[in-house]
Amino acid sequence: MVNTLEEKKSLKGGEFLLKDSSYKDTFIPEEMNEDQQMVRDMVLDFIKNEIYPIDARMEKLEEGLNELVLEKAAALGLLGTHMPEAYGGLEMDTNTNTVITDYFGSVGNGFTVTYAVQTGIGMLPLLYFGTEEQKQKYLVPAISAEKKVCYCLTEPSSGSDALSAKTRADLSEDGKHYTINGQKMWISSSGFADTFIVFAQVDGDKFTGFIVDGGTPGLTLGAEEEKMGIHASSTRQVFFENVKVPAENVLGKIGEGHKIAFNVLNVGRYKLGAMCVGGARKGIDLSVKYANERNQFRKPIASFGAIKHKLGEQTIRLFAVESALYRASHLMQELKHDLMKGGKSFTEATLISAEEYAMECAILKVIGSEMSDYVVDEAVQIHGGMGFSEETAVSRAYRDSRISRIYEGTNEINRLLTVNTLMKRVMKQELDFLSPAMAVQKELMEGTTTPLGEGKYGQEEKTIKDFKKAILMVLGSAAKLQMEGKLNLKEEQEIVMNISDMIMDTFVAESLLLRIQKLGELTEKPQSQEIYDAILKVYFTDMNAKIAKDGMDAIVSFAEGDAMKGLLSGLRKFTKYPPINVKKARRLVADTLIEANGYCL
Amino acid sequence: MKLLVCISKTPDTTSKIAFTNGNSEFDTSGISYIMNPYDEWYALVRAIELKEANGGSVTVINVGPASNDQTIRKALAIGADDAIRVNAEPKSAMYVAKQIAEQAKAGGYDIVFTGKETIDYNGSEIGAMVAEYLDQPFISYGVSLEAAGGNATVKRDIEGGIETVELATPFVVSAAKGMAEQRIPNMRGIMMAKRKPLNVVEPVAAKDPSVTVSFDLPPAKTGVKLVDPENMGELVRLLKEEAKII
Ligand SMILES: Cc1cc2nc3c(=O)[nH]c(=O)nc-3n(C[C@H](O)[C@H](O)[C@H](O)COP(=O)(O)OP(=O)(O)OC[C@H]3O[C@@H](n4cnc5c(N)ncnc54)[C@H](O)[C@@H]3O)c2cc1C
Repeated sequence: MVNTLEEKKSLKGGEFLLKDSSYKDTFIPEEMNEDQQMVRDMVLDFIKNEIYPIDARMEKLEEGLNELVLEKAAALGLLGTHMPEAYGGLEMDTNTNTVITDYFGSVGNGFTVTYAVQTGIGMLPLLYFGTEEQKQKYLVPAISAEKKVCYCLTEPSSGSDALSAKTRADLSEDGKHYTINGQKMWISSSGFADTFIVFAQVDGDKFTGFIVDGGTPGLTLGAEEEKMGIHASSTRQVFFENVKVPAENVLGKIGEGHKIAFNVLNVGRYKLGAMCVGGARKGIDLSVKYANERNQFRKPIASFGAIKHKLGEQTIRLFAVESALYRASHLMQELKHDLMKGGKSFTEATLISAEEYAMECAILKVIGSEMSDYVVDEAVQIHGGMGFSEETAVSRAYRDSRISRIYEGTNEINRLLTVNTLMKRVMKQELDFLSPAMAVQKELMEGTTTPLGEGKYGQEEKTIKDFKKAILMVLGSAAKLQMEGKLNLKEEQEIVMNISDMIMDTFVAESLLLRIQKLGELTEKPQSQEIYDAILKVYFTDMNAKIAKDGMDAIVSFAEGDAMKGLLSGLRKFTKYPPINVKKARRLVADTLIEANGYCL
Repeated sequence: MKLLVCISKTPDTTSKIAFTNGNSEFDTSGISYIMNPYDEWYALVRAIELKEANGGSVTVINVGPASNDQTIRKALAIGADDAIRVNAEPKSAMYVAKQIAEQAKAGGYDIVFTGKETIDYNGSEIGAMVAEYLDQPFISYGVSLEAAGGNATVKRDIEGGIETVELATPFVVSAAKGMAEQRIPNMRGIMMAKRKPLNVVEPVAAKDPSVTVSFDLPPAKTGVKLVDPENMGELVRLLKEEAKII
């Protein structure tokens, strides 16, 4: 699909698994330039000044507040940083946009969803597939927040299986308008939206996107859903009863709604991963402060090893996912930059770069949401009974975090997608899986081992190579059985889940290693290298055990006899990271936060 | 209207305060900095508002090393037109005031703004000293400022109330809470900040007559003693014998 990548050393989507990466090519948050820092501070100031004072009212979903905050954000230019200048945007680079989304994740109420819908699944269909007139009419006012947008894909009977939607659209005899009938469910921001992006089956079987104006006769809303969390976000059903939509409001081509849905979701997932990072950072900050302040047995609870373990582990997991987020962001940015140099428009380049890294986007969504759930769960635990009280912010954070594993494609769907995307690219020969997989086979036969890398992180470099080899071995053998007709992975999702986890953990572990190698070369950084090394080593120790377990579960689920024994012995060889004193290392990390009385990495 | 706003860089309010070199120097390790809030939220924003209403220009000035440029550019992002940095360590209030006064004299400003104090050393000295060097009136603790056509009305905080002062430009004013409201820089402002002039000038020779001998931290908080409400005699004894305050 994309030829630019052939000439460059940048990795293609999914290719991290098949090639080595250098820390020199990655981006780490510690390298944020002055503008990016200023943008970050501005987002935090915006949250402090415009959201905190009305937070309690927003949580009650008081009418008008989501709109008001969107409008204020738009006035500062915050809604169009990723949009073309021609439509009122600022065309800022991907990394700066990641910073903005990341820090918006720390809002602490459901406005995060409103923001993500407006700037993500709301604007992107219009940007990618809108005609010039549609962009002028709907995208420009979305960027300025004059129009609020919602995205209507899910229906009562179609969630994960979104393309099986039943809502239909029929063209009038004179060809001037479509009539839409059907029902959408779980539509974020629908309570106050002016523009509805709607998916419906033309003639009952051609899945197609439409732009529908709020207030069109026949378009009605259900009551606000009573949700577990994100109470500040509006979520309703949307009903269509003979809703007449002008034919020029078809978005994209008839029967190509899936292209809109999938392309928009790539970016949606990366954005969601970014917001989870921002939310988790705040959750850790609250945890440390409470642990320092709360005394039991005449000591701050932060002095107890059990609590230090939690603070250390929360931080390590966040730090690792954050490394993956900015690495993926930078990959997208580099590709976008090259595409634009090669003559593509800003819009085309945005679309293609997200599509190229669809697999990385799916990974960010899964690892971000699961890390965030871990962090808020432990945040509640650190708060004890107070964590269970609605008086504390962590209680709400716990409820609000949970949705992230469900929407933008459930984590199960995204795990399946990660392996499927990889295999599809291999089949299409966009990625060379075969040569590295054969090399692993050869290595196993000959009994050679991966040599240690050079320098301080030689062991970790070797371990990453080994993790990749473990994946190539497991996935390669499963794929071989599949081709021989002895295994049907479609019916063996458990195996796919195992392999998917191995892939995701390897992506994150490698991203973490690259970040820490790069930090090793920075003279000015928030903490000493010793702290970063502790994070790295605990994470590698844990991932080594996890990958060994996932690999074993997969192998014993599809192989038997000698073949199984051979694979298990190969797996053991590839998961030999020498464990370190994790207690000491986690304490070192936790003590750093405790001393700073907050998140300080 | 030509306006000059003095801005300084102060440690973030959540910073842990420690001292080195025999308690004579502030320990800057691990400290993150912000623009002094009185300078940013009140002085700078009011100056920008006056410019928006009356036309003219807003210049910000800082005395400090190149590492202060980031703070200065934030002021440009918020809306100042240009900046001057006097390339010198801000050794003492008098030294800094002299440097600012030199630049202010050369620029011929209608109003020079400072914050009412910095949130680190709380000196509240610079404004008065600059005014003295410039031989201009100084109004401290201004909570509102209206100015047009060479005249100004400043309301200032006094003990238990407000004093209203009328005066002609030029003058020096220090800004307190109420003079304006914090402005968040917008995206375009941030993108423009690098393109606005930041002129670096060398310091003039100036006296630096005082030397900081040492800093002392307040005594660490000790535990709380709870006294039974029925036992007032014990409370009186404690206040007398332990706290020694009655
Ligand atoms: C608060 C909230 C806001 C939302 N906002 C929007 C919005 O703005 N616009 C919009 O269009 N939608 C929105 N959604 C819908 C959301 O995207 C869907 O809920 C989600 O895609 C899952 O669909 P479902 O709820 O029908 O679950 P189902 O698809 O029924 O899934 C149930 C379970 O089965 C699993 N599962 C399903 N299929 C498979 C499979 N093939 N293999 C393995 N496991 C499978 C799932 O992973 C899940 O665990 C929102 C939902 C919520 C709760």
